[in-house]
Amino acid sequence: MLIQKPADFRSSEITPESQYLNRREFLGAAAAGAIVPRLTGQAAQQEELTPYEDVTTYNNFYEFGTDKDDPAKNAHTLKPRPWSIAVEGHVSKPAVYNLEDFVKPYTLEDRVYRMRCVEGWSMVIPWRGFELRKLIERVQPTSNAKFVEFVTLHDPKQMPGQRWPVLDWPYVEGLRLDEAMHPLTLLVTGLYGKDLPNQNGAPLRLIVPWKYGFKSGKSIVKIRFVEKQPKTAWELAAPNEYGFYSNVNPQRDHPRWSQKTERRIGEFRRRQTQMFNGYADQVASLYSGMDLLKFY
Amino acid sequence: MNSATRVRWVVKPIIWAAALTPLAILIVRALRDDLTANPIELLTNWTGFTTLTLLMCTLAVTPIRRLSGWNSIIKVRRLIGLFAFFYAVLHFSVYVVLDWFFAWEFIVDDIKERPYITVGFTAFLLLLPLAFTSTRNSIRRLGKRWQQLHRLVYISAALGVLHFYWKVKADTREPLLFAGILLVLFVLRLVRRPAAARASPVTSLRPS
Repeated sequence: MLIQKPADFRSSEITPESQYLNRREFLGAAAAGAIVPRLTGQAAQQEELTPYEDVTTYNNFYEFGTDKDDPAKNAHTLKPRPWSIAVEGHVSKPAVYNLEDFVKPYTLEDRVYRMRCVEGWSMVIPWRGFELRKLIERVQPTSNAKFVEFVTLHDPKQMPGQRWPVLDWPYVEGLRLDEAMHPLTLLVTGLYGKDLPNQNGAPLRLIVPWKYGFKSGKSIVKIRFVEKQPKTAWELAAPNEYGFYSNVNPQRDHPRWSQKTERRIGEFRRRQTQMFNGYADQVASLYSGMDLLKFY
Repeated sequence: MNSATRVRWVVKPIIWAAALTPLAILIVRALRDDLTANPIELLTNWTGFTTLTLLMCTLAVTPIRRLSGWNSIIKVRRLIGLFAFFYAVLHFSVYVVLDWFFAWEFIVDDIKERPYITVGFTAFLLLLPLAFTSTRNSIRRLGKRWQQLHRLVYISAALGVLHFYWKVKADTREPLLFAGILLVLFVLRLVRRPAAARASPVTSLRPS
């Protein structure tokens, strides 16, 4: 199912479906058509795309159960259409959009990003979306807006895992405004050129590749511009383990396990974890002067 | 068929089959390439869960014996215990060989710095003397001290549950279930200590 009617796109902007059949070609197409962040420090190592099968069957989405295979098995109860998204808070133009109108003004691009889970595994995923900053520029936050909050759907009928208080529902994530404005930050509607499967956060999710995966909220219904730093889901669950920033940082161990290495899904040997998940060149300046062991 | 024969030819084979089933399932899944996107995680969790389950079964033998009066069941406790040890060895091997591939520096760091690994490793170490003294010879040679040594299984089981509880990210339901079962098994032991059970453990443990 297409996100928008083809007539809304210039044909040059649609990456042909045949390109996705071959992963290497996909990488080339993505590089040609969009900004692919340099995979700093990984030049010596292969960065192969994680197979679609793995990306869509190995998920943490507790709204559908806490086992890795639960979301793929259980997320069929989610109804990603019709979907409305509210933009509210300290913005000049608060509004409620349906998904199609929300996405309409933006050109979707394909970006290949690493994703690093706080548990210690990682993937390389070709997302399709648009830069969050384009939305922010459009809705014009006022000077009171210091943070952006992302709220996931709260509906136990669609998300049966929400009957268990394993986390405080709804799932809330947040970014500092400059993090939200960073060109790497994406609002995503697809992966591997197809609409997001339910288990990956359909129909709209956030992707912040230099932070642990749980920061990238899924199935978003509200984007709020707020003055105070929001209390985020995992921070509420265990504040000594998960902080607001949650930048990928091999020097800050989780209290119960090390963050120095990771398992790239599909690989046998562990990899060294990179500071900011390998995006240090692009994002380190956001945190200059900050003690990242204190602000984890 | 008398009790001893039944244990030897019916109960023990059933235990062999049941205890090897988790391993058989893993092998079948491996052959069908059905080990999920993170096979090492699956193998680790599967073998760990089976270890704990079999430890609970081992600890359930004596309460079942007392409550049901089925004395011969004591003859299968060693078998179940050794299967628990077998899966503990598999679990530890997956960790050393597959998860870390003999990266000793990281493994030692884990054991020293991550409490859940410290207690897990300790729980494993505690099983070693129990496995090595499981033979008839050992039971005979150690006499009363055998009984004392094998009380370490309580500590090993408790540390195993703690290892599991400290490992899970947020959903503590399974570890808490094990903790509950362990608590019940401990309480059942404290409740009754009939004279028969306090008799020499050597004779009642002689394996068939």
